[in-house]
Amino acid sequence: MGLLKFIVRRMFFLVFLIIGVSLIVFIISHTVPSDPVLANLSQRNMDNKEMVEAFRSKWGLDKPLAVQYAIYLGALLKGDLGLSIRTQRPVSMDLAQYFPATMELAVFAMVIAVVFGISFGVIAAIKRNTGVDRLIRGMSVLGASVPSFWLALMVLLLFYVVLGIAPGPGRLGPRFSAPHTVTGLFVLDSLLAGDLATAQDALSHLVLPGLVLAAFTMGLITRTTRSSLLEILSQDYIRTARAKGLAEREVITRHALGNALIPVVTVIGLGFGNLLGGMVLVETIFAWPGIGRYAYQAASNLDFPAIIGVSILIAINYVIINLVVDILYGVLDPRVRYE
Amino acid sequence: MLRKLMKSDATFTMGFVLFIGWIVIAAVANWIAPYDTLAQNLAIRFQPPTGAHWFGTDSIGRDILSRVLVGSRISLFAGLTTIALASTFGLIYGGIAGYVGGIVDDVMMRVSEMVLAFPGIILAMTIAAALGPSLFNSLLAMVVIWWPNYARVMRSMVIANKNEEYVEASRSLGASHLRVFFIEILPHSLGPMLVLATLDFGNAILLFSGLSYLGLGSPPPTPEWGAMVADGALNFNYWWISTFPGLAILTMAVGANFIGDGLRDLLDPKLRKGM
Repeated sequence: MGLLKFIVRRMFFLVFLIIGVSLIVFIISHTVPSDPVLANLSQRNMDNKEMVEAFRSKWGLDKPLAVQYAIYLGALLKGDLGLSIRTQRPVSMDLAQYFPATMELAVFAMVIAVVFGISFGVIAAIKRNTGVDRLIRGMSVLGASVPSFWLALMVLLLFYVVLGIAPGPGRLGPRFSAPHTVTGLFVLDSLLAGDLATAQDALSHLVLPGLVLAAFTMGLITRTTRSSLLEILSQDYIRTARAKGLAEREVITRHALGNALIPVVTVIGLGFGNLLGGMVLVETIFAWPGIGRYAYQAASNLDFPAIIGVSILIAINYVIINLVVDILYGVLDPRVRYE
Repeated sequence: MLRKLMKSDATFTMGFVLFIGWIVIAAVANWIAPYDTLAQNLAIRFQPPTGAHWFGTDSIGRDILSRVLVGSRISLFAGLTTIALASTFGLIYGGIAGYVGGIVDDVMMRVSEMVLAFPGIILAMTIAAALGPSLFNSLLAMVVIWWPNYARVMRSMVIANKNEEYVEASRSLGASHLRVFFIEILPHSLGPMLVLATLDFGNAILLFSGLSYLGLGSPPPTPEWGAMVADGALNFNYWWISTFPGLAILTMAVGANFIGDGLRDLLDPKLRKGM
C-alpha cells in the first residue's frame, strides 16, 4: 500500500512543519526586545504590581521560555492559533475571513498561468528556433524577471488610470456590495445568488492582479512545456505516428501532448507555492483583503501570533497542493513509484 | 567557453551585455550621475522627464536618473552578498550533512526543510521588521531564507561523489577528511552550485527590491530601486517616478536570468535547444 504510506508520511511532515514554523517565529519573537506586558496593559495597571503578576501568570509569561513554547505548541496542535495582537481577534477568525479572497485570486491566476503557459509552450515547441519561439521564450524570461510590485503599479497606471478600461484596486466596485457569504469567493457567491452584475464586476476586479500574479508561473510553465514537448517529439513512437501518415496536429494532440504535460504538473505545484509568496506584494498594492496583505500588516506590526498563523496556513496549503500533484503524477505516469 | 556560448546563444549574449552594462554603470555611477542623489529641491519636484532631468524628478525634487544610476550599486551589492553568503553557508552545511551522513545528515536536512517550507517573504519580512529596517538586516533576512537550496544541492553532490574511486584512493593514501573534502569532492560539486547561483541572482534582486518596496530595506534617503518605486506608488499620477527604477530592476534581473539559462543549457546538454 505505497500510496497510503506516502500520504501518512506527508502528514507527519506537516506536523513537523507546524512545529518548525512556530519555533522559528517563537525564537525571533523572543530575540527582539519587546515586552508583551508593556504592549497589552494600560499605564495604570502597569503600576499595580498584582495586576502585572496576574497578567504574567495568566499568559504563562512567568515560566521559563521552553515551558512557554510547550504551552503555546500544545494549544497550536489543538488548532488554537491564539489572539492577534493587532486585531484583538482570534487569528483563526482573521484567517477564515481573509483566506477566501486570496484563494479566489490564486485560483484565477493559476488558471491564466496554466492555460496560457501550456499554449505558449506548445506553440514555441512546434515553431522551434523561429522568431515566434524566440519571442515566446524572451517573454517567459521577462515574466520571471519582472518585479511584481512594479508590474502591478504599471498595469494599474495604464489600464485603470490612463485607459480607464479596467477597474481599480479592491474586490468590488463602489456600486456593488459583497454577496451573501457561502464560499467567500465573490464571483461564485454572486452567481449562486443569481446576481450576474456583481459576479461580472468581481470577475473584472480579478483580471489585473491575476495577470500580475500569473506572470512568473506562466513563464515557468511555458518553458517546461516547451522543453518537455520537444523531448517527446524526438521519440520513436512519434516517428511511427508520423510515418503512418497522421497530420502533425494529430500527432501532437493525440500522442505527444499527454506525455509532455507530465512534468508540467510538477511545475504547477511549485508555481502555486510561488504564487502564495507573491500574494504579499500584489495584495498590498491592489488593496486586496487577503492573507498576503494580512501577513504584511502582521509582520510590520510584529504581531507574532498572526505571523505564525498565516505562515502555517500557507505552508499547509503548499504541502497539500504538492501532495495532490505527486499523487496526480503517479496517476498520469504509472512508472512513478511513491517513495 | 564564453565565446562559444555567445556565438550559439543570442539571449545569453543579450543577458551578458545587460549585466556587464550594469556592472560598468555601478562602477562609475558616482562620476557619471548628473546630480547629487540626495540633493532636494522642492521648487522642481514632480518634474516629468526633460532635457535637464532625463528621468524626471521625484516627490522632493531629486533627480531620478542620478538615483537610478547610483542605486545600481546597492542592488548589485545586495544580490552578490546574499548569494555569496547563502551559497557559502549552504556549501558548508550541505557538505557536512552529505559527508558525515547518518543521523547528523537526517537532522540537518530536516532543519533545512523547515526553513524551505516557510513562506520566504513572510520570514524575511518578519526578521527585517523585528530587527528594524536597514541594509544589513534585510540582507541577513535574505540569507536566512536563501541558504537551504544550496545546502540541498551541495549535499546531493557530495553524496554522489564521496564513494567514487578517486575519493577512496585519496582516503586510502591517508588524506585527512578536510583534505578529501576540499581537494577531491568540492571541485566536482561546484558546477551545479554555480548554475544555481546565477539563476538565483535575479530572484535575489527581486526579493531585495520587494523588501525595500515594503519599507524593510535601506531606510531613506538611500537611492534604492524598490524604495523609489514605492515613492512613485504614493504619487501615482507622476508615472516616471516608479517607471524608471522598475525598468532598472527588470533589466538587471533579465540579464542575470539570461546568463543563468545559458549556463544551465551548457552544463546540461539534455536541455540544449534545437534538440
